[in-house]
Amino acid sequence: MIALTIDVTLRQQAFELHVRETSAVEVLGVFGPSGSGKTTLLETIAGIRTPDTGEIRVGDRVLFFAAAGINLPARERHIGYVPQDALLFPNLDVAGNIDYGVRHRHHSLAGVLPLRSTLIEILDLGPLLERRVQKLSGGEKQRVAIARALMTQPAVLLLDEPLAAVDRARRDRILPYILRIRRDLHVPLVYVTHDEAELNSIADRVIHLEAGRVVGRSAAP
Amino acid sequence: MSTETWAIARFTVVMALTAIALSLPFAIAIGWVLARHSFPGKALVETVVSLPLVLPPVATGLLLLWLFGRRSPLGQALDAVGIEVVFTWKAVVIAMMVVSFPLVARSVRSGIEQVDRRYEDLAATLGATPFRILRTITLPLASRGIVAGAILGFSRALGEFGATIMVAGAIPGRTQTLAVGIYTFVETGREEAAWGLLLLSALLAFGAIYASNRLVEVRA
Repeated sequence: MIALTIDVTLRQQAFELHVRETSAVEVLGVFGPSGSGKTTLLETIAGIRTPDTGEIRVGDRVLFFAAAGINLPARERHIGYVPQDALLFPNLDVAGNIDYGVRHRHHSLAGVLPLRSTLIEILDLGPLLERRVQKLSGGEKQRVAIARALMTQPAVLLLDEPLAAVDRARRDRILPYILRIRRDLHVPLVYVTHDEAELNSIADRVIHLEAGRVVGRSAAP
Repeated sequence: MSTETWAIARFTVVMALTAIALSLPFAIAIGWVLARHSFPGKALVETVVSLPLVLPPVATGLLLLWLFGRRSPLGQALDAVGIEVVFTWKAVVIAMMVVSFPLVARSVRSGIEQVDRRYEDLAATLGATPFRILRTITLPLASRGIVAGAILGFSRALGEFGATIMVAGAIPGRTQTLAVGIYTFVETGREEAAWGLLLLSALLAFGAIYASNRLVEVRA
């Protein structure tokens, strides 16, 4: 269960993102067309972009609170982020990518070996570990990026259109992996997409963004 | 080719390698700061870094001669601890460092600028500190620019003449580099020895530029 409070305003050139949302759900869906501010919203939660005003809270933790001058840097937020193009580090192999965050936070892999094995099993990464990331398909890259984010045991996992780079046939194969993360690991998700049908199978609640503003809310069926 | 010719070539290569090894950490630091940060006075820093590119090398040499000479505070401080710089191999290294630094720093900077910042942002969400991001993501991804810069700087250092002759002189066996050697050999009527040095200079320069171009091709 995620208790996420977002109340932010962020201006950049002609675009203004203004989102006010408090949810306590396992999967929050964010739906909207290209340019509606979905990625900007995720980057704001992750700490990559700084809002002009407002606050962001995950449970009791305050990540950003403009009035009190609080703005935790991305590295201290414990937010997992999987961008649309996965952004696997091209200078590391698959295992190097998966272990990247752990080597910093835990100094050794020993403490998270059970989690690592679980992720490798859930996301079916065993055959990929030694591979160079350039050789992976779009869907494989997404799975590796999801494992890399989850290895740091984030409080929330942000997924930016995880199925966008994948063709129809493969979508049906990746979605079950994401559902298993929800079911087996109980990591709350913020799931962004421009395909409303995708959200029906995964989200508990959906906010509808358009031109940087929330224009609708719904509980998924 | 005489042993003297080979000794001059070997000395020049060792000095140039030393100069690049010593200046590379500074060039990486400056290149990273200029590529990734905005701050008041940035244009001034950029100008100072590029200055040795446009200043006549002899003028750079004169500045170094003053800076490390016995009349300057730095020269006196070094003298007090028994370090002599002017007219020694150390002056050769310093002259090479100063004249090649802009080339190395600019190449490092452009290498870092070509690294997609989103990789760095993502590494931060995984808990990495700015220094770890630099070490594990930015520098490896900018490595071709860094190596190309080092080769370019090395080539420039090999051919260094003006600053070297001002601050290190042309002492045979002690501070005589390829470029300085060619000049003094011609001056003293030893044209055959000068041609030997010329041939070695050409071969070294060819090798370095060829390696640098190959790197650029691999990148493209």
